[in-house]
Amino acid sequence: MSPSRSHWLLGAAVLVTVFALLPLGFVAWVAIQSGWDTVLALVFRPRVGELLVNSALLVVFTVPLCAMLATGLAWLTERSDLPGQRVWSWLAVAPLAIPAFVQSYAWITLAPGLRGLGGGVLVSVFAYFPFMYLPVAAALRRLDPGLEDAASALGLPPLQVFLRVVLPQLRLALCGGALLIGLHLLAEYGLYVMIRFDTFTTAIVDQYQSSYNGPAASMLAGVLAVCCLALLGGEVVARGEERYARVGSGAARLPTRQRLGRTTGLFMLLPALTTALALGIPLVTLTRWLLIGGIAVWNPAEVFAAITQTLGLATGAALLTTLAAVPMAWLSIRTPGRFQRFLESSNYVVGAMPGVVVALALVALTVRLPIYQTAVTVLLAYAILFLPRALVSLRAGIAQAPVELEQVARSLGRTPAHALWTVTMRLAAPGAAAGMAMVFLGVTNELTATLMLAPNGVQTLATSFWNYSGELDYAAAAPYALLMVLLSLPMVWMLQIQSQRSAGR
Amino acid sequence: MTDYLRLSGIDRSYGSTSVLHGIDLQVAAGSRLAIVGPSGSGKTTLLRIIAGFEVPNAGSLKLGDVVLADGTHAVPAHLRGIGFVPQEGALFPHLNVADNIGFGLPRKAPDRQARILELMDMVALDQVLLQARPHEISGGQQQRVALARALALRPHLILLDEPFSALDTGLRVATRKAVAELLARAGITTILVTHDQAEALSFADQVAVMRAGRLVQVGPAQEVYQHPVDADTATFLGDAIILPAVVENGTAHCVLGCIAVGDTRWNGPQHIMLRPEQLSVVASAQHEADADIANCHGVVTQLNFLGSTCDLQIALRVTGRSKALADDAAPLEHTISVNVPTTPTIGVGSRVRIAVNGPAHILSGSMAG
Repeated sequence: MSPSRSHWLLGAAVLVTVFALLPLGFVAWVAIQSGWDTVLALVFRPRVGELLVNSALLVVFTVPLCAMLATGLAWLTERSDLPGQRVWSWLAVAPLAIPAFVQSYAWITLAPGLRGLGGGVLVSVFAYFPFMYLPVAAALRRLDPGLEDAASALGLPPLQVFLRVVLPQLRLALCGGALLIGLHLLAEYGLYVMIRFDTFTTAIVDQYQSSYNGPAASMLAGVLAVCCLALLGGEVVARGEERYARVGSGAARLPTRQRLGRTTGLFMLLPALTTALALGIPLVTLTRWLLIGGIAVWNPAEVFAAITQTLGLATGAALLTTLAAVPMAWLSIRTPGRFQRFLESSNYVVGAMPGVVVALALVALTVRLPIYQTAVTVLLAYAILFLPRALVSLRAGIAQAPVELEQVARSLGRTPAHALWTVTMRLAAPGAAAGMAMVFLGVTNELTATLMLAPNGVQTLATSFWNYSGELDYAAAAPYALLMVLLSLPMVWMLQIQSQRSAGR
Repeated sequence: MTDYLRLSGIDRSYGSTSVLHGIDLQVAAGSRLAIVGPSGSGKTTLLRIIAGFEVPNAGSLKLGDVVLADGTHAVPAHLRGIGFVPQEGALFPHLNVADNIGFGLPRKAPDRQARILELMDMVALDQVLLQARPHEISGGQQQRVALARALALRPHLILLDEPFSALDTGLRVATRKAVAELLARAGITTILVTHDQAEALSFADQVAVMRAGRLVQVGPAQEVYQHPVDADTATFLGDAIILPAVVENGTAHCVLGCIAVGDTRWNGPQHIMLRPEQLSVVASAQHEADADIANCHGVVTQLNFLGSTCDLQIALRVTGRSKALADDAAPLEHTISVNVPTTPTIGVGSRVRIAVNGPAHILSGSMAG
């Protein structure tokens, strides 16, 4: 690569990173502007303590339950002879197609009394456990069965083998899944509003909608951001410096599956019950409301508008975000270095920022600019929110195109630009497309930032759903929920395939 | 010596694919057995059945007086007390060297640390590695840790599943030798599975050759090497020169002349086998060949130089005497391929004299007449 091209890319990467770090900078800026006394007064008050306890309890109860459910399901589908394990595996990932706020809508219309911490934990577990299932199942598939043989030969009964050999090796997967779920719990808005459980995110949106109270909302956002960073740091500490790759080369034998024998029926209960609760309830409720609403709720103009506006925003965000990710992805593969690593890791910090913090920051930053209350601000928010997703996929895509291939193409007479286009771009295209799809699917389900930033008159599927269910018109909300679920199905497929591929299948 | 491990009629199949057929095998206490065969011959499956990771469909497996498996029930692996060193060691990546070695020891045993150090000493591992992680140590060290881990519980029987295959050639030979000596000193019955015939022959006092799910031959290493049951076994265990011959009263008549055979029960057209080390090839001249009818002469047609040895293709010239005696069985011209020490006097086109030392072995089985 010519030095000038490298410089341009580096400049672009720095620019994107600075922009992505704006929300954090905004929180810091507000804190400095307000002065130390105001900050202390706003942060150390009973309301913040209450929210902190609520959010902490939510995380403390939900994450371990998700871990147990996900590990149990993953073991059954990957390491036992449970009949129909492929089907169960898909069904364990499928709840990802149901946005969390649609999940809570299903539960609340079925059991209107469901609220508070208990309700929040229950719905959260079924909405988010697939985030844990995917990495744990992938890790189980990758484990070297030779280790379990060795432990068994050393006299350990099967349960001990699981606890002392298998579980420690799932640590990375469990940590990653726990972080992802923890961040979602802190960032989720719709689910907890419906279940009437106050978290930082719901409080910030309330504050913002009721009073536009700048410093108060911003300081709550600041505490929320710090909580997210604490989770991020906690995961780094819990993960440690371990390396769990297989020692030695050569192909591992396929793992043997535990025979369940006569207890098969008993074990079958776990995936069956999980599927009934995580998929059955939303689908039954949705069908019920669709039947009740009948044809009348499908207002063609409104539905059409929501679809086109959602697709428009999602496509725009996918293109913008992937484009913004190119310089960093390129540099991290082609010219890795300490500074590039720093840029990249700061983007994972950005990825931990909840939509509400990003939205609040963009409101404050754009309020005096012509782009305020336009689609441009919404797209910028999406770009910040989903940049890490695009980056991961794009990075993997570019890694598929080793520089040697480009050099071979040039040695065969292609101009540098032609070689880049015909070899590297061609090979990186699937990764870029996957990144775009992930952003696209994220946008179709995004509620919080869209609610706060969308210009008047712009209604996406998520906000239309939200408005109707807020007016308790559950039948009218159903078509939008259905459309969101249908649009999210490809994401389920992509995530499952990605997980299986990462395990070398 | 008493039979310590006894397998009889072991069958194993996966669905309709049969992997092991009627395996009968006895292993004496304190002996070293190598199971050798090409990949896919079922040797690893057999080892895993002994370890208890797989259950035979039929047949019985006895260790001492204890029935480990008999077709209806099987003792689970963790209750067998058989040491197992898997391929490439399979060290627990989340534990350091000390914890890997002590994995099978009770965690609160008072002498745990002492035992770990003793085991490290036994397998000649430096104690500075105690806290190292598996990925931080070399392949040979990993293999020693895996062995120490298996030895921790003082098993009477230890199973090695191609434990040296991941190591470089030099390290492989050294590690194999060290392991064999260590196990012999400790008096532990050992079964080694390998696809490397040299490894099997050098490591074990008994060799069991497997092919396509059957044990084709079991015996002392020397015996199996010198007297293989059939041509496939002969060529699998090393270079072999297999020739058609007519056997009469303990003498085989073939293109190499008249060679004594060890076995006098066979007569008539047969195939005989010679190992290359039985042949000595020396340069000769035309007039010597004409005068010498006791030995066989030929011309080197190809030479593949390998350093201290070389592979020769020798076109044999059938002498009058062997021709007269073998004319109905042997062809009049024959080319043999033989590996010999490199000598400056032999090149392509050289005339050579071939002398045979020691008796030939008569192959029964597929190729025998």
